[in-house]
Amino acid sequence: MPVSRFIDGNAAAAYGVKLCRPDVVCAYPITPQTPIVEYIADFIARGEMASKYITIEGEHSAMMATVAAASTGVRTFTATSSQGLAYMQEGLFYAAGSRLPIVMAVVNRSMGPPWTILAGHDDAIAQRDTGWIQLYCGSGQEILDTVIQAYRVAEDERVLIPIMVCFEGFVTSHCYEQVIIPDQEEVDSFLPPYKPPYKLDVEDPMILTTFAPPIHWMGYKKKHDEAMEAARKVIAEAEAEYAERFGRSHGGLFQAYRCDDAEAVVLTMGSLASTTKVVINKLRELGFRLGLLKLKSFRPFPREELKQLLGNVKAVGVLERNYSVGGWGGAVFLELRSAFYKVADGPRILNFVAGMGGRDVTPLEIEAVAKKTLRAAQEGKGEREVEWLLGEIG
Amino acid sequence: MAHLTIEELPSEEYYMPGNALCAGCGESLAMRLALKILGWRTIVITVPGCMSAALIMGASAVPLLVGPFASGGALLSGVETALEAKGVKDVNVVAFIGDGGTADIGLQALSAVVERGHNVIYICLDNEAYMNTGGQRSGATPLRAATTTTPGGRLFRGKLQPKKNIPLIMADHEAPYVATASIGFALDYMEKVKKAAGIRGPKYIQVLCPCPVGWGYHESKTVELARLAVATRVWPLYEVEKGRLKITYEPRTPKPVREYLRAQRRFDHLTEEDLAELQKLVDEGWAELKLKARSAEE
Ligand SMILES: Cc1ncc(C[n+]2csc(CCOP(=O)(O)OP(=O)(O)O)c2C)c(N)n1
Repeated sequence: MPVSRFIDGNAAAAYGVKLCRPDVVCAYPITPQTPIVEYIADFIARGEMASKYITIEGEHSAMMATVAAASTGVRTFTATSSQGLAYMQEGLFYAAGSRLPIVMAVVNRSMGPPWTILAGHDDAIAQRDTGWIQLYCGSGQEILDTVIQAYRVAEDERVLIPIMVCFEGFVTSHCYEQVIIPDQEEVDSFLPPYKPPYKLDVEDPMILTTFAPPIHWMGYKKKHDEAMEAARKVIAEAEAEYAERFGRSHGGLFQAYRCDDAEAVVLTMGSLASTTKVVINKLRELGFRLGLLKLKSFRPFPREELKQLLGNVKAVGVLERNYSVGGWGGAVFLELRSAFYKVADGPRILNFVAGMGGRDVTPLEIEAVAKKTLRAAQEGKGEREVEWLLGEIG
Repeated sequence: MAHLTIEELPSEEYYMPGNALCAGCGESLAMRLALKILGWRTIVITVPGCMSAALIMGASAVPLLVGPFASGGALLSGVETALEAKGVKDVNVVAFIGDGGTADIGLQALSAVVERGHNVIYICLDNEAYMNTGGQRSGATPLRAATTTTPGGRLFRGKLQPKKNIPLIMADHEAPYVATASIGFALDYMEKVKKAAGIRGPKYIQVLCPCPVGWGYHESKTVELARLAVATRVWPLYEVEKGRLKITYEPRTPKPVREYLRAQRRFDHLTEEDLAELQKLVDEGWAELKLKARSAEE
C-alpha cells in the first residue's frame, strides 16, 4: 500500500530516488540540498537502500564519478545546488555529451555574489546549454513523482539524456507537506531495470568519450538535439502512464490551469505557480478572465505545444526567478517570445523578474502581475516589457 | 617474489601502434608495457594530455573512459564503485595520467580517491611538463628546467622551484602501495605494476617518461635518458609498502648529474654553479631517501 508521510521537499526527492533503486549515488553537500545527501546515507545505513554511496570530495568530482559509474551501465543519482552546480559545469557537458541517463536533483539557489543561500532559478538556467533536460517542480509530491518519471525518460532509448529535477531552495526543499509514497512493486513495474545500449565492459571493449573529427562533431550535436525533441513526446507519454498507474498528474511538459477561455495568462515555473493559482482563483471570482500556465519542462522547451495553447491568448505575463544580464529579460520570457516570432496575432508577452536571492513573491505582487498582463491583453500594450518586482526596497 | 623475465611477457599488444604520439615517446612505452602486465580485464581511464590524444583516437584495445583534466581520481572512484555494485571483482581499474593532471589540476581528486581507499591503480606518466599543450611547466617540472613558461636565460633561469614530490605525498596518504619507476628499467616497472595489481586498495606508481620534444634530445635516446636519470640518482627507484620504503635499484657508482643534464636542451642555460648546486641537491635527496629506507628496515 502507498503510504502518506509528512516530509519536506528534500525528503520527497530522497524517497523518490530510493524507489528507483540506483546502483551508485554520489553527491556533495551544499545548502539547501544537503538533507538529500543525508537522507540517502541514512536509507543505506538502515539497510533500506542497496546503493553504493561515494562520499565524494567536491562537485566537479561528484559529477565525474557519477559519469564514470553511469558509463559502466548502472543507474546513478546525484544532487547539488547553485555554486556546486556551477563547479560541476565541465562535467555537465560530459554527462550530456556522453548521453548518460543520470538523474540529478538541483535545489535552486541564486548564484553568489552577492552571497545568498536562498531560492532563485538562475543557477540551473545558467546551465541551459549543457544539453540536459530540465524539469522544474513546485511541491514535494511533484518532486517524488518527477524523480521516478525522470529515470524512465532519461533511460528511454529515444532520449538517453541526463535530467535535472529542479526545485527551489527552502521554499520547496524545506517545506513540509503530506506526500504519498508509492509501493516499491508499482514503481518497479513502471521503471524496469536500465538496459544501457553502450557501456564500459571488458567483455566488449569500446572507447567511450571518443574523439570526433570536424566532419562528425556537429552530427553528434544534431543527434543530441533530435533526442531532445523526441523527449517532448517521451515526457508526455511517461506522465500519461504515470497518471494512469498512480492516479496523479503534474502535467508532463506543463500544466495549464483555467487557460481555456482566458484573455491573459500568467506563465511561471516551480513553487510560484501555487501562489499564482490562488491569485488566479480570486481574480476569476471577480470576473477577470485569467489563466495560469505552470511550465515544467524548460529543456526541452515545449515551443509548439505552447504556441498552440497560448495562440488565442492576448497577453502572457512571464513571472520568473532568473534574468539574463544584458539579454533584456529572463530566459523563459526570451524563449517564449522567440517561439512566437512571426506568429501573426500572437500574444503580447511581458516579463516580470522576481524572487531571486530568496526574495519573497507575495500574492499581492502576483495580483499586480496578473492585472498588468490582463491590461496588456485588453489594451494591446504593456507599460514595460521587462519589469523587476522589487517592492519598495529595491 | 620471483623476478619477471622478458620471456614471460605476452606478445599481445593492448596499446596500438600508429597512433598520434611522437617518435621516441616515453609515455607510449610506459603505456604499452603496463598493459602487457594488466591484460584484457582492464578498464583504462585517462584525462587530457598526450596519452589521451593517442587513446581517444583508437590506440586502446581495452575499454577506455576519458574525462576532464581534473577528474582522474573521480573517474577511478566512479568506475570502481559501479563495478562493485555489479559484483565484478576481477577487473583492473587503472588511470594513466600525465604529471600535470596528477601534481596540479588533478591533485584533489587523486588525494580523495586514495583517502577513500578505492581499489584502483593510478599510474602517473611523468614527462615533467604539460607536453600536450607544448611544454609548459607543471608542479612536477624539476628545478632549473626550462619550459615554455619558465624559459632558461640570463634573467629567468628555468623553473625556480623543485619538483613536487607526489610519491611521498601519496605514501603519506597511507596508500597500501606507492612506487617510482622509469621506462629505462622496464622489468622493474612492470614488476611494480604486477605487484600493484595484486594488492587491494589504492596504488600509485609514478613512471619517468622522457620526452624528446619537451626535454630537447634526439628521439632515439629516450631509454638512454630514462636510464641516466636513475644512474645519476636524479630519479631514484623505490617502493613504499605499508609505510616501509625500499629502494629497488641502487646504482653502484652513481654517474655525475651533469651527464644527465648536459644531454638535454632544457638544461642548456645551466652554469657550472648551477650544475654544482643540482649535484648537491641530488646527493642530499639520495641521503634522505637512504635514511628513510634504513629506518624502514629497522
Ligand atoms: C580544464 C582544462 N584545462 C586545461 C586544459 C588544457 N590541457 C590539455 S592537456 C594539458 C597538459 C597536460 O599535461 P600533463 O598532464 O603533464 O600530460 P602530458 O601531456 O605531459 O602527457 C593541458 C594544460 C584542459 N584540457 N582542460
